[in-house]
Amino acid sequence: MDAVYQALVKIVGEDYASNRPEELFTYSKDLGTSEPKFPDYVAAPKTAEEVQKIILLANKKKVPVVPLGGGMSLAGLALPLQGGIALDLKRMDQIIELNEKARYVVVEAGISNGKLTAYLHKHYPHLMHSEPGAPPAATIGGNIAIHGQGDMAHPYGFNSDMVNGMEVVLPTGEICKFGSCSIGSGWYTLHPLPDIGLFLGWNGSTGIITKISLRLFPCKKIREMDLFVVEDEGLIPDLLYELTHVGMAEDLIAFTSAIPPFMDGVHHISMNITGDTEEEMEFKRHLLLDGKLARYIQDGTGGIGAVSQDIQRPQISKSADWKKGGGFEYVGSIMPVTAYPECYRRGAEISTRHNIPYTVLGRVIGSAHAMMFSWSYAFNRADPETVRHAREALHETDSLVLELGGTIWKPAVFGQKLMMDRMDSNTLQMMKKVKNLLDPNGIMNPGNWEVNE
Amino acid sequence: MTRTAYKYNDIIHRCFRCGYCKFPTNWDDVNNCPAYARFRLESYSAGGRLWLIRAWVNGELEWTEHLAKIVYACAACKNCVEKCPLSFSDEIVNMVIAAKNEMVELGLLPAPVKSFLKNIQLHGNPYGISAKKRSQWMEGTRVETYSNQEFLYYVGCEGSYDTRAQQAARALGELLLKAGVSFGVLGKKEITDGNEVGMMGEDGLLEWVVEKNIKQFKELGVKKIITLSPHSYNAFKSIYPKFDGKFEVFHYTQILSDLMKKRKLSDLKEIQKKVTFHDPCFLGRWNKDYDSPRNVLKSLKGITLVEMERNKKGALCCGGGGGNFYTDILGGSEDSPARIRAREAADTGAEILAVACPNCLTMLEDAVKAERLDDKLIVQDISEILAI
Amino acid sequence: MFQLKFDETKCFACETNDCLTKCQYLKIDPDTAKIEIKKIINKKDSFVLHECVTCYACEEYCPTGNHPFYLIVQRQEELNILPLPDPLIKRGIRIGIPFRGEPDIQEIKGPALNLGVFSSLATLTRGKLFEGLTLMSADSRKMFHYFCQLMYLHFGRISVINERLEKIIETIAAHKVKEVVHFHDECYGTYTSYAPAFGFAVPFKSIHLFEYLYNRLKELKSEIKPLNFKVAYQRPCSSRLSSDKYQFVDKIFDLIGAEHVKREYVGENALCCGGTILGQKKKGSRQFSLDLQKKNIDDMQRAGAQICVFNCPACMQTIGKPVAKKGMMPVFMSDLCRLAIGEKTS
Ligand SMILES: Cc1cc2nc3c(=O)[nH]c(=O)nc-3n(C[C@H](O)[C@H](O)[C@H](O)COP(=O)(O)OP(=O)(O)OC[C@H]3O[C@@H](n4cnc5c(N)ncnc54)[C@H](O)[C@@H]3O)c2cc1C
Ligand code: SF4
Ligand code: SF4
Repeated sequence: MDAVYQALVKIVGEDYASNRPEELFTYSKDLGTSEPKFPDYVAAPKTAEEVQKIILLANKKKVPVVPLGGGMSLAGLALPLQGGIALDLKRMDQIIELNEKARYVVVEAGISNGKLTAYLHKHYPHLMHSEPGAPPAATIGGNIAIHGQGDMAHPYGFNSDMVNGMEVVLPTGEICKFGSCSIGSGWYTLHPLPDIGLFLGWNGSTGIITKISLRLFPCKKIREMDLFVVEDEGLIPDLLYELTHVGMAEDLIAFTSAIPPFMDGVHHISMNITGDTEEEMEFKRHLLLDGKLARYIQDGTGGIGAVSQDIQRPQISKSADWKKGGGFEYVGSIMPVTAYPECYRRGAEISTRHNIPYTVLGRVIGSAHAMMFSWSYAFNRADPETVRHAREALHETDSLVLELGGTIWKPAVFGQKLMMDRMDSNTLQMMKKVKNLLDPNGIMNPGNWEVNE
Repeated sequence: MTRTAYKYNDIIHRCFRCGYCKFPTNWDDVNNCPAYARFRLESYSAGGRLWLIRAWVNGELEWTEHLAKIVYACAACKNCVEKCPLSFSDEIVNMVIAAKNEMVELGLLPAPVKSFLKNIQLHGNPYGISAKKRSQWMEGTRVETYSNQEFLYYVGCEGSYDTRAQQAARALGELLLKAGVSFGVLGKKEITDGNEVGMMGEDGLLEWVVEKNIKQFKELGVKKIITLSPHSYNAFKSIYPKFDGKFEVFHYTQILSDLMKKRKLSDLKEIQKKVTFHDPCFLGRWNKDYDSPRNVLKSLKGITLVEMERNKKGALCCGGGGGNFYTDILGGSEDSPARIRAREAADTGAEILAVACPNCLTMLEDAVKAERLDDKLIVQDISEILAI
Repeated sequence: MFQLKFDETKCFACETNDCLTKCQYLKIDPDTAKIEIKKIINKKDSFVLHECVTCYACEEYCPTGNHPFYLIVQRQEELNILPLPDPLIKRGIRIGIPFRGEPDIQEIKGPALNLGVFSSLATLTRGKLFEGLTLMSADSRKMFHYFCQLMYLHFGRISVINERLEKIIETIAAHKVKEVVHFHDECYGTYTSYAPAFGFAVPFKSIHLFEYLYNRLKELKSEIKPLNFKVAYQRPCSSRLSSDKYQFVDKIFDLIGAEHVKREYVGENALCCGGTILGQKKKGSRQFSLDLQKKNIDDMQRAGAQICVFNCPACMQTIGKPVAKKGMMPVFMSDLCRLAIGEKTS
């Protein structure tokens, strides 16, 4: 019998370890266009201690370990590129502590966004976390491991900026805490201790995050979405600049798509407007719609497309079924807001070349400090030709991001390489040193952010 | 080998594996697919199962006992159908059943599934107990056999054979007598309704069962049927008409709810108890009746009805559907759905966990014991609560 | 090809110029009205073209059966004086383009119920009241094949209506129906007012939903249990195209025992729900629309209404929520009628 498998069974129990073809198949694929990469084992630990044991085992046996949350990142980031153990973290899903007055919650990293949203809604309806637009089965840990952003990105930035503390199992097996929790205080801040957190944005290649203290924000009672529409994409940067100056919206997203036809070439800005009272709502609307936007309405270049639409939380996405084909993948990028028009135009060109109706979107991060701009490509899983087109479109888009002065967000290995090829060589060497220092045996999600020179 | 005959080759690739289907209606947690709740590996989630089925029918994966176990772990509870936002969602369970059809055809089945089906074939029930003993449950009651009464009271296999479920079968019999309902039972002549046979993909056997039942019902002049089990209710209501067996079918809670409305069951005792109700999938999500059982409970004096976090459309299945009450693929762990459900019921502070299905009754009673909650919480069928 | 049949001489001879003087939104005295209507007729710029909120009401006010509103919209388009910002117009025009396949044309025996672009509201048409009607346009993917297009009157786009309407009429007629009950006032108005005004041939007979409901309720009279609710009615803009059918509102209310409350903004005086006004280009439109809604809803409340009855789904969408916040229940007329015969509503 396989010794690693035996050891895994011993650590997590028989039900939660596998080396059977069915599990290996299942964990070899993600939802996007990536080619399958088979793990040799699958394990689903329940505690940080179990994770630790698995890491120690992996070091001893020199087998890779690839952490997996919801597996929703689409870019093959949690596929075992070099085999090894696919570590499904979703059993680590407890809410450990919620400090209402200090507005933070400590959770296990494998908890789903949906569970946290439902919990807050039920027990603390006046608190919320910044929820990504991903399917709610996506985990909190996976999201911050790739610098995700959610529906509070405009006021508060990246989700990974909302981390107050972490517990991490290092690639060498030590369980480490970061932030105020490391000195035995509450989990309320990451600063002002020296910055040694080297885990955010690393796709799990520097350690496995097991606990996270996440900032919560005031959740207003009334939550509605208004839409503003323009035809000229060139107006979007100015509009976003003006709207972020007013600062009355919770989430600002500019988007357009080829389908349905009425969207085609019409740029929509959705504004989440929230308040505890009707007066607060109207106050915010007045500042936004009758203030900064009035000029556009009166000269006929912009219009109020809808008001008071319900906001879904969690969001439901049907993007994968556009082609009745069960698949889509997108390139995300962090871009200056000024790049919107070019991103849209060039993206629509790529889509047209690949016969995929274009779908683009830019979510404002901070006071328009940047936006997460994404290009989605739908494909039909049963039709390899459409998968190939989508994959090519994704690659072209990765290059486009860099050409337009952007940074690829949650890049697949292809995009990681594009960026590392351009990266300042000292920075690159620093990355390499960090990785080697933390992960001397190179077992953690190998292939990701790997500096080869 | 590819399975070209597989009925859903044109849509099975449309599952994105996005996992909405893991949740209940209120997004409480990812464990509302009972099979996924039990094993927590992606392969056991609805999406994982569909992807595996697709790989198998495409010839990417060979059949193994484990693959069959994953497929048969689906309790046919329809939570995925409820939650999947994509337009093919109505077909999810059918896609799983169709895979079972293929496995049946090839004779590649997990051992307990095989014996379930074999027992039905030989004895008309999954337990493999002689058909002669089918009427034992009614000994000592005044329940009569069917001969032209208004209703046929169809008891089903669990109610006929399982000692715990027999109590519910008797309680319901007594209640109907008390209310003056004109009904009779088939006794030894009753055979399985076929619902689980269908859910397990044995279409040939299903046809045989259905036709046999229809023939018998027609010969006896049955027009209206009351069922103890929502599984039977579903079979008679949704499967039999396809075989030209059209009867007026009622789940017993629908009859009771009506009787109580008409005050024909008025001298029921007052029960000062807090009660929570567990929705059976085949009455709830399959047939959209969430009210009848609740109406019955609410019209009982003294009872305070409290809801579990997950209820109605969002209820967690006890894990007994699709033959799992027998095959027990989902048993044996504190993450067995019935045990999760038992804990959830206890969390409401209820003293009675009310059910309206003999499957749920046995599954949850065992779970409450395994959880050592039996000093706080008792599991009772609604028929039993009324008969107290 | 399709031309508005507009008789200018009627206007020149008109003593009251009710079309403009009765307008609730532009305060126009009779002398100004005379001047402005002339300007409009002569394709000259008029402030009316800029300030019209497109509420359709002048179609009803005109005592001679001329078509002042259609004329206004036509001039708005000709002189490029558009009420809405360009992107809303572009988007709006595209909304009406069907893109999800062709409709399934089946022959319909007996009368049909045309849902137009409200396929999703098919659930409202259950029960006894609608027995015997065959649903048309119940598939939301195909509903734009049945879109009456009249919405573009709010967009200054007569041309779009005229380009598309013939095809829509053909689609409905392809079902070989003789009688069509229209679920929405706007469709009814299209086939009974707009089409003849512009010379479209309509090969089927149109029946107003309220007239249908009234007649059906009479048949079911024995099953009616008086509702004893006080109700207000939100009259939609398109009902101005069929003012002869407005009488059925009160007839229905009488039949089902609902008390139509006495209030200021009722009948001819009804106020627009504000849905289209909210997005108009004119300065302050949004605030104006909110004030209008407040005036309207306060009026209902003051009159003691418990229920606000709707015919138009767009009105429902616009003021349904605010109405509910004021403690009045928003209910579709068809649902109110179903309630009266003891049916559960959707
Ligand atoms: C329709 C759709 C919409 C989306 N919208 C958004 C959006 O609005 N905002 C957004 O941010 N994202 C979005 N995403 C992308 C992605 O789904 C989310 O970022 C999601 O939160 C990722 O979490 P996960 O648990 O699925 O991560 P996974 O995909 O499982 O993992 C992501 C990476 O992190 C690593 N990892 C996972 N868990 C850990 C851990 N505990 N410790 C260390 N490393 C770990 C994995 O190895 C992998 O490299 C969207 C995706 C889809 C399909
Ligand atoms: S069944 Fe539906 S909800 Fe579930 S994973 Fe597949 S597509 Fe997603
Ligand atoms: S029917 Fe129930 S058990 Fe089967 S896949 Fe769906 S949710 Fe899981």
